[in-house]
Amino acid sequence: MDKETFIAQLREIVRPYAKNQEALEQISASTDFIQDLKINSANLVDVVLDVEEKYDIVIQNEEMERMLNVQAAMDIVTSKLKEK
Amino acid sequence: MTKEEILQRLPYTPPFLFVDALEYIDEEKVIGSYTFDAQMPCYKGHFSDYPVTPGVLLTEVMAQTGLVCLGIYLLRDTLTAHTPRVAMTATYIDFYLSVFPGETVTVHAEKVYFRFGKLKCSVVLKNASGEDICGGTIEGMIINKPNE
Repeated sequence: MDKETFIAQLREIVRPYAKNQEALEQISASTDFIQDLKINSANLVDVVLDVEEKYDIVIQNEEMERMLNVQAAMDIVTSKLKEK
Repeated sequence: MTKEEILQRLPYTPPFLFVDALEYIDEEKVIGSYTFDAQMPCYKGHFSDYPVTPGVLLTEVMAQTGLVCLGIYLLRDTLTAHTPRVAMTATYIDFYLSVFPGETVTVHAEKVYFRFGKLKCSVVLKNASGEDICGGTIEGMIINKPNE
């Protein structure tokens, strides 16, 4: 999966939880879920659960703690998909 | 962990303790009850000439049982001397019936998921006749760390 495809898919996953919809339209690898998109930490859990469902992967606690921006999410999902 | 031990771990004291007893608890669901004291000061103002239990307190009853009691039970093997910190992060509740001073209500809460410290529950509050008073979903973070 290429970077643009992943970011486009992630934007749709994040959309219901992003308080800052303008920043969502500008989403890039460096976008921070909490700082830029104004997602609260409780809804970040839902983002991670939706990512698990979309890609059929299981994310561990320590990975969840690192999953604070788009790049980190992409790295974690990419490595999980390679393991499959 | 017994139902009494869960109640002892609750981070609330009167006048903001809204759980009297737990009737049932397991990994998936909890049932608990509470009786609203007819002398509660809020009845003097809600409403001025017609005392009805505020919806926020009905929500609080469901949260203290459905989120906090169940959260403490789910974390029972990792709890130390401290009580976990809790933060309610979202609620969606529909209300159907009023609760009057002195009424006893029963919370029925079921876990939707508990992942990464977040507990999401579906909740229903019933009156003594078994009718639904209100219900919906409540979410919160259960943080098992000492207070800073």
